[in-house]
Amino acid sequence: MTTSARNETSIDLKEIFSHYTKEKKNLIPLLQEAQVKAGYLSEEAMEQISYFLGVPLIKVWEVATFYNQFRFVPVGKHHIRVCMGTACHLAGARLILEALERELKIKVGETSPDGNFSLERVACIGCCMLAPVMVIGDRIHPRMTPFKVEEVLIPFAQQQGSPKAG
Amino acid sequence: MRHSLTFEDILARARTEWGDLQKKTHISVSAATCGRAAGALEVIDCFKDELGRRNLEVPVIQVGCLGLCYADPLVIISKPGSLRIAYSRVTPQIVPRLVEGYIEGDDPCLDLALGVLETDGDGAAYIPELTRFEHERRIILRRCGYIDPENIAHYIANGGYYALRTALTMTPEEIIEELEKSGLRGRGGAGFPTYRKWQSCHDAGTRPKYVICNADEGDPGAFMDRVVLESDPHAVLEGMIIAGYAVGSEQGYIYVRAEYPLAMERVRVALRQAEEWGLLGENILGSKFSFHVEIAAGAGAFVSGEATALVAALEGKRSEPRVRPPRLAEAGLWGKPTLLNNVKTLACVPVILQKGAAWFASIGTEESRGTAVFTLAGKVANVGLAEVPMGTTLRKLIYDIGGGIAKNKQFKGVQIGGPSGGCLPVSLLDSPIDYDSLREAGSMMGSGGMIIMDEDNCMVDAARFFVDFSTKESCGKCTMCRLGTLQMLQILQDICAGKAGMDDLDLLMALAEDVKTGSLCGLGKTAPNPVLTTLRHFRDEYEAHILRKCCPARVCPDLIAYYIVPERCERGCEHCVLTCPTEAIKGGKGDTKVIDQGKCSKCGTCIEVCPPEYNAVIKVSPVDLLPGAHLASGK
Repeated sequence: MTTSARNETSIDLKEIFSHYTKEKKNLIPLLQEAQVKAGYLSEEAMEQISYFLGVPLIKVWEVATFYNQFRFVPVGKHHIRVCMGTACHLAGARLILEALERELKIKVGETSPDGNFSLERVACIGCCMLAPVMVIGDRIHPRMTPFKVEEVLIPFAQQQGSPKAG
Repeated sequence: MRHSLTFEDILARARTEWGDLQKKTHISVSAATCGRAAGALEVIDCFKDELGRRNLEVPVIQVGCLGLCYADPLVIISKPGSLRIAYSRVTPQIVPRLVEGYIEGDDPCLDLALGVLETDGDGAAYIPELTRFEHERRIILRRCGYIDPENIAHYIANGGYYALRTALTMTPEEIIEELEKSGLRGRGGAGFPTYRKWQSCHDAGTRPKYVICNADEGDPGAFMDRVVLESDPHAVLEGMIIAGYAVGSEQGYIYVRAEYPLAMERVRVALRQAEEWGLLGENILGSKFSFHVEIAAGAGAFVSGEATALVAALEGKRSEPRVRPPRLAEAGLWGKPTLLNNVKTLACVPVILQKGAAWFASIGTEESRGTAVFTLAGKVANVGLAEVPMGTTLRKLIYDIGGGIAKNKQFKGVQIGGPSGGCLPVSLLDSPIDYDSLREAGSMMGSGGMIIMDEDNCMVDAARFFVDFSTKESCGKCTMCRLGTLQMLQILQDICAGKAGMDDLDLLMALAEDVKTGSLCGLGKTAPNPVLTTLRHFRDEYEAHILRKCCPARVCPDLIAYYIVPERCERGCEHCVLTCPTEAIKGGKGDTKVIDQGKCSKCGTCIEVCPPEYNAVIKVSPVDLLPGAHLASGK
C-alpha cells in the first residue's frame, strides 16, 4: 500500500475496518465513517479504504466525488451550513449566504485560512417553518436575516480573540 | 436463541406500561427535528429543573411532531381526571408558570393553551379547538406527536403490531389481495399501485429477495417522511416486516437521507426494540418467518430517490439510474428480486390490514384511495404537516388548514412536488388533490411537499431555483438532463438579469420538451415541469422581465434598486448608515440618506434595520423608476 507523505493528515482507519467485512457494499459507509473521524476525506483515507476493500482507488474516487456529502478539504472549527431548500430560498437564503461570504471573507465550499470557519450550502434540512435557517456545528439558527448573520457570528469571532472590525 | 413471546404477552406488557403512564401526571414535549430547532430540548431541561426544584416526580417524555410546526415547541400536559392540554410556543420563561399552575395547582393556564388534546375513533390525536382538524383525516400521522417514538410499548398499546400478528395468520396471497382491494398507490410520487409491485416481487422465483424502504426524501422543502420516521418509526417498520412476509423476503433495508440524523437514530432504536420484543429477527412471534432490517445512510444525492439509483447506492456504487426493464421485482439489489416502497406507503400497510381494505378504500376518491400527507411550507400562516383525504381541494388545504397566507399577503402560486412538480396559480385553487388531477394540471403529487408563494415571490426566480437544483443534482448520465438543464438554467438566468429576448422563451419551451424526452429517469423527465407550468400560468412575469426589465415581485437583484424615500426618512436615525456592509449609504445625522447604487450589494440590510415606524427604504423595479437615478448612481 502506498502511504501518503503528508503526516499532518495521517489517519488510522484500522478501528473502523474492524467493524466491516470486505464487501464492496461497505464502500459508502466506510467513506462516511472516515469522514466523521477526520472531518473530510483525505487521499490517504481513500487509499486505505481502497486497499481494505480491494477496490481500485479510482473507483473509490468515482463514488466519493459523486455524493454531495463528501468533502475533500478539512472543515473549519466552526462549520456553517446554509439551507438552500425551497422554503429557505423563498425567504431569502441567498442573502444569508452572501452575508456569510462577506462576513467570513470566504466563498461557499471554502475554509478560512485560519481554519476557524468553513461554509457549505445544503439542499434542505427539513426545518421549513423556521426559514431561512443556517446551522453552525449542530445548532440551528432560525429565521435568519443578513443583519442577524453578523450578530450570530460575534461570539464565534470573539472566541478567537479577534473581534470583528466594523 | 431467545424464547419467543406470544403477542398476548407483548400486548399485556405494553398496555401496562402505557396505562401506568396515563395514571400519572406527565409532560410530553414535541421533540422532532422541527421542535428541537424551535428550542424543545431547552424547554425539556427547564421542566426538569423546575420539577426538581419543587420535588415533583413527573415524567417528561419526548414525543414526535403533531404536524403543528408553527406552534413548536409544543408541550402537552396530561393530568389524570383532568384535561390533557396542549400549549404552543412554550419558552423557558413560561415553564415555571405551567408547573405551578397546572401541575401543582388546578389552573390550566388557558391563556397559554392551544387547546385540549383528544383522540378520535381512529385513535388519531387532534385538538378540537383548531378548526383545521375538521378538514383533516389522520391515518398515517395518527400517532405522531402523541406517543414516545422511542418506546415500542407506546406503539403497541396504541394499535401497533396487531396487523403483523394478523398478517402472520394470512397467506401472502391474501395480504396482496387485501392491498389490491384497498386501492393503495405509492406515496412516493408516481402513484403506482402498491399491490402490483408486491405481486411481481412475490411471483419472482429467485431468492433471496429484498425489501427496501425509500426514506431518501430529497425534495428540498418537504419533510413528511422525516416526521413519520421521527414520530412513529414502528409503523414503517411494521409495514416492512409485513412486506417481507408477503413477498418472501428475509432482509430489508431502510435507506435514510444523511441530513436526517434524528430520524436515523429513532429508526435504530425502533429496530433494537422490535428485536428485543420478538417482532423482528428470527422466528417472528414464534412463527417460521424471519426478517432482518439494516439501516443505510444516504450520502446526499437527490437522484438516489429514484428506485434503480437507490439500489446502486446500496450496492456501494455511484447512484445512477438504469434502464428498466428489468424491473426491480425481477432484478433489483444485487440482481435479486426487490420490493421498494416509500415511507408513507409502508406506513399505510398495517392500518389497511387492521381496519380492512374496504375501510381504507372508502376514504378518498375513486382513483386515489386513502389520504395524502402534505407539508405546508413557504408563505403559509401555519407551516407544518397535514393529512387529508385524497380529493380535498387546494383551497381547503391552504386556507382552512394552513390558515391562509402569512402577514395578510396575496396568494400567488403553490409548487407541489418540489423540483419535479409544477406551480399552480389562483385559478386552480379549487382543483382536487389526487394523482390524476394534479398530473392534468401539469404538476404531480410528488412525495407531498407543498410550497406556498405570495406576491413577494418571483415565479421566474422560483423556476430558476428549481432548475438550478436539478442541474446540480443531475447524475450526468443522460446528455439532455446534464446539459439541457444547464442551458435552460442559463436562459433563466438571462431572463432574471434582464438580458433575454422574447425568442428565448420559445427556445426554453423547446429545450424543456427535449429534456423530458431525452432523459432516462424521473429526475430529468420532470426537471422542466417548474418551467413549463410557470410559463403556462405566469407568462406575464416572464414578459415583464424581458420586455420591461421589471421583476414584479422585486426579487431578481439585477432588476431592482433600493431607494430611501426622503419624506419618510427620520433624519436623526442612522441605522442604515451604520449597518450597511458596503458603506453604500451616505448622509450623517440630520442629512437625507442616499444609497450609492454603484456600491449597493442589494443585501436588504437597510430594509431590515429601518425602524418600522419610518419604513423609509423601498425596492423599485425596473431600475429606471429610481427617482434621480442618474444623480444617485456612483458616477
